[in-house]
Amino acid sequence: MPAAKIKVEICCGTTCYMLGAAELLKLEDIVPEEWKDKLDVNAIPCLNACLNQDLGRAPFVKIDGELVANATLDRVFNLLNARISGEGQNE
Amino acid sequence: MSNGAERMRRELMIRLVREFNSGTLTENIDRIPLTIRPLHSDPTRCCLYHDRAVLKYRLMALLGVDCKAEDDELKPLSAYLKEAEQRTSSPELPMTLCAAGCAGCPDSRINVTTNCRGCFARPCVFSCPRKAITVVNQHAVIDHDKCIMCGKCLQVCPFSAIIRTKVPCEEACPVGAIRKNEFGVADIDFSKCTFCGKCFSKCPFSAIMERSELLRVLQNIRNGRKMVALVAPSAQFQFPGDLERLFSAIAKAGFHDVMEVALGAELTTEHEAKEFIERMKKGEKLMTTSCCTAYVELVKKHVPALLKCVSSTPSPMRYAGELAKQRHPDALTVFIGPCIAKRYEATQSDNIDMVMNFEELGALLAGLNIDIMGQPKWPVPRPAIATARNFAKSCGVTEAVLQELLGENSDIKLDSKFLNGIDAKSAKLLNLYALGKLPGNFLEVMGCEGGCVGGPGSLVK
Repeated sequence: MPAAKIKVEICCGTTCYMLGAAELLKLEDIVPEEWKDKLDVNAIPCLNACLNQDLGRAPFVKIDGELVANATLDRVFNLLNARISGEGQNE
Repeated sequence: MSNGAERMRRELMIRLVREFNSGTLTENIDRIPLTIRPLHSDPTRCCLYHDRAVLKYRLMALLGVDCKAEDDELKPLSAYLKEAEQRTSSPELPMTLCAAGCAGCPDSRINVTTNCRGCFARPCVFSCPRKAITVVNQHAVIDHDKCIMCGKCLQVCPFSAIIRTKVPCEEACPVGAIRKNEFGVADIDFSKCTFCGKCFSKCPFSAIMERSELLRVLQNIRNGRKMVALVAPSAQFQFPGDLERLFSAIAKAGFHDVMEVALGAELTTEHEAKEFIERMKKGEKLMTTSCCTAYVELVKKHVPALLKCVSSTPSPMRYAGELAKQRHPDALTVFIGPCIAKRYEATQSDNIDMVMNFEELGALLAGLNIDIMGQPKWPVPRPAIATARNFAKSCGVTEAVLQELLGENSDIKLDSKFLNGIDAKSAKLLNLYALGKLPGNFLEVMGCEGGCVGGPGSLVK
């Protein structure tokens, strides 16, 4: 049985898009080839996180349902790396 | 998004729109710098108070204020807001400089770093044509009175220990319009400035700011004023979702109608092709495009000899403005593009009332909580033709004119050349074009590299 894919949801509400989600959409271009079948990356409509939380914490991403604030390509990459390789990351 | 300056600019815009929309802007505007940099948070500059001061100037620019006109440092943002609310015209100049934000970068020069090993071969000493380098205590030292910044030492150093420091805004400006003043901070000489926005994009301290008209747009929306959005062709691929959904989002923000500037580009193409044939028939040797405002300003201010070759055809923005005023005579028109120079061009045209860039449009939609992807497709009555939509890319104008010429029965051949982005070098090249020393009879000039899509006010670079 292949393991379930890690679900990465990139909020593409206008606020998140403006504050960095446009960059996050490049995620699939920067991950290693062997991760490709382990990830399920999607651009999704507004999560409303920027209204409920502080605007300064956008852009938001959900990894397997867990909300990640101040998401950057680097941070998301590291979080995914921690999940995939099981190695602890200093976040 | 590529850097922190861009992020802060956008965050401030979104905050402004949100506060305006909830009717709390007057009450809260003085607090925004404190909200962003609260006590005990990490400063980006030397301290929180410097950060807050610069944030205040950024908000002033967002209100359209010229920061240089500040006469009382204690004047609160709420007082500037009150004045800005009375404004009924665009700022006369599109940019302003935040002196408190300018780092006064040291003059460009050649420096020896600690990487210098004081080696035995000392190629730097031997390569210097002015004998400006000596080695003291095993470390190369440059006599800056002798140094002519030729950079030879920099090339020969085996340790890459020699570097050239830069003043990013001065390096970026193609025409030498930005220089440090007597206080050691940058200053724009608007008699030379072409509004290309290179300094705006390149300053690492983001000290050069646009004077925004966002407030006027918001006020007119609130007052229920009929407004038409004119969206530049470079909007394609700038936002999530497609152009049709973006148009719906703009309408939802409070615009009565949304039109493609590419419809104006169709007219520009048609007239420019005709003008080209006429000029060549008259025996002229060269015609250049005229749609890029930064280029036209460059010619006017720095290469006047070339002015007679610049096409007299109005830009797509102007034609689109005309179309919009015909369709909705009682409406205000808002041009939306990635360009700073268009802000200036708009002040010269009766058919464009306001200008927003893509960042401001994004902030408007974000601040009003309008999700583009969730919008229905806008029924565009007649989409502009592909070549007109392609105007925003380098060579796009040439292609459109070429297509148009195919339809004309003429034996005149178009020999096209292009300048993709204006820098100091290509600005000099224009002098040669003016003297007729370069080949080609049709020259397309785009101020920004890649065309308008590479504009300073774009969302995705």
